Amino acid sequence: MGILSYFRSKKQTSANVAKERLQVLVAYERNQRNQPDYLPQMQQEILAVISRYVDIDVDDVQVNLDENCSILELNVTLPEHAKD
Amino acid sequence: MAEIIVVTSGKGGVGKTTSSAAIGTGLALRGHKTVLVDFDVGLRNLDLIMGCERRVVFDLVNVINNEATLNQALIRDKRTEGLYILPASQTRDKDALNHEGVERVLNELSEMFDYIVCDSPAGIEKGAQLALYFADTAIVVTNPEVSSVRDSDRILGVLQSKSRKAENGEQVKEHLLLTRYNPARVQAGEMLSVEDVQEILAIPLLGVVPESEAVLKASNQGQPVVLDSESDAGQAYMDAIGRFLGEEREHRFLEVQRKGLFSRVFGRKG
Ligand SMILES: Nc1ncnc2c1ncn2[C@@H]1O[C@H](COP(=O)(O)OP(=O)(O)OP(=O)(O)O)[C@@H](O)[C@H]1O
Ligand SMILES: [Mg+2]
Repeated sequence: MGILSYFRSKKQTSANVAKERLQVLVAYERNQRNQPDYLPQMQQEILAVISRYVDIDVDDVQVNLDENCSILELNVTLPEHAKD
Repeated sequence: MAEIIVVTSGKGGVGKTTSSAAIGTGLALRGHKTVLVDFDVGLRNLDLIMGCERRVVFDLVNVINNEATLNQALIRDKRTEGLYILPASQTRDKDALNHEGVERVLNELSEMFDYIVCDSPAGIEKGAQLALYFADTAIVVTNPEVSSVRDSDRILGVLQSKSRKAENGEQVKEHLLLTRYNPARVQAGEMLSVEDVQEILAIPLLGVVPESEAVLKASNQGQPVVLDSESDAGQAYMDAIGRFLGEEREHRFLEVQRKGLFSRVFGRKG
C-alpha cells in the first residue's frame, strides 16, 4: 500500500461508510440464509424466557449456529439491573 | 446443447435489460447463435431496447400455452446475424409462467442455439426464481450502491439454493457485472469502488460498465449499446463478452477519463 492510499484510507468518505455497513449486513444475512427454519422461532422463545427475568430487546439476544449446525451459540446482552 | 445464462440482480432498474441486450447481441456478433428470452412478464421491455417492438406477434406465454409454436414466436434480429428474441407477454397474470412450460421451451431452444440469455425481472420472488432456475451461468448486474449490492448478495443466495444446479449438488457459474460506474465519484470517495464491491460479493468480475450517455441514446433508438462501437459502454460490454468467452481483457474505463481533444486523439488505445 502506497503512502498516498494510506492517507486516503484514513479519510472516512461516504463510500467507506457504505462499504463498512455492507460488510456487516451482508455477513449477517449470509449467516441467516444458512440457518435452519426453526431458529427465528427458537430465538423468540428464548427471548420470552429471558424477558421474564430481565428487561431486554430482540437485538440483545442472538442465536447462531455454526456451519455444520453442530454448535449453538447464544449471545445475550444483559442490562445493568435485573427486573424489579 | 445451449448454455443458459440468466441476467439477474434482485434490485430493479440496475441495468439487467440493457445488459441482456448488449450481451446477447455481443455473443451473436462474436459468431454464436444466440436467443434473448424476456422473462419479465407483464413488463416486457427487451423488445423495445432491441428495437423489435412492432414485430411482436406471439410471446413466451403463448408458446408455453401451446397457442403458438416457438418458430412463430421467435423474432429474428435484422441487424445482427444469428440473433433471435423471444418476447415476454404483457399479461397481468403473474402465474402465466410455469415450471414445466419454461423447461420445455428452454429444452427446445437448447437444440437450436449456442446461448440462451434470460432477462430476469426484478425481485427475488417467483418470477426471478423461475428465470434463474434452469441457468448454467448467472451474470449478476450490480450498481455501486448499497441497496444494489445487498440485493445482489441475496440473489446469489437464491442461486446457491433454489436453482436446478444447486438442487443437483452443482454450482451455477457466477459473474459480477458492475454497471453505471462513475470513476470520478469513486475517486472522490462518494461511490463504492469496484474493489469494494468485489470484496463484499466475492464472485469473479466479468466487467465494469461506466455510467454512459450512450446507453440512453441507444435505448432511444432501439439499438443495443454494443452496436455503438465508439461508445465507452459498448466497448466495456464487448470486453466483458470477450472475457466471458475466455479471453484476457484488461479492464478499461475504471479511471477518470481526461476530456479534451488531446486525450481523445492520443490518450486512449484500442
Ligand atoms: N451504463 C449505464 N449508463 C447510463 N444509464 C444506464 C446504464 N445502464 C442502464 N442505464 C439506464 O438505467 C435504466 C434502467 O436500465 P434497465 O431497464 O436495463 O434496468 P433493469 O434492471 O432491466 O430494470 P427492471 O428491474 O425494471 O427490469 C434505464 O433508463 C437505462 O437506460
Ligand atoms: Mg428489465
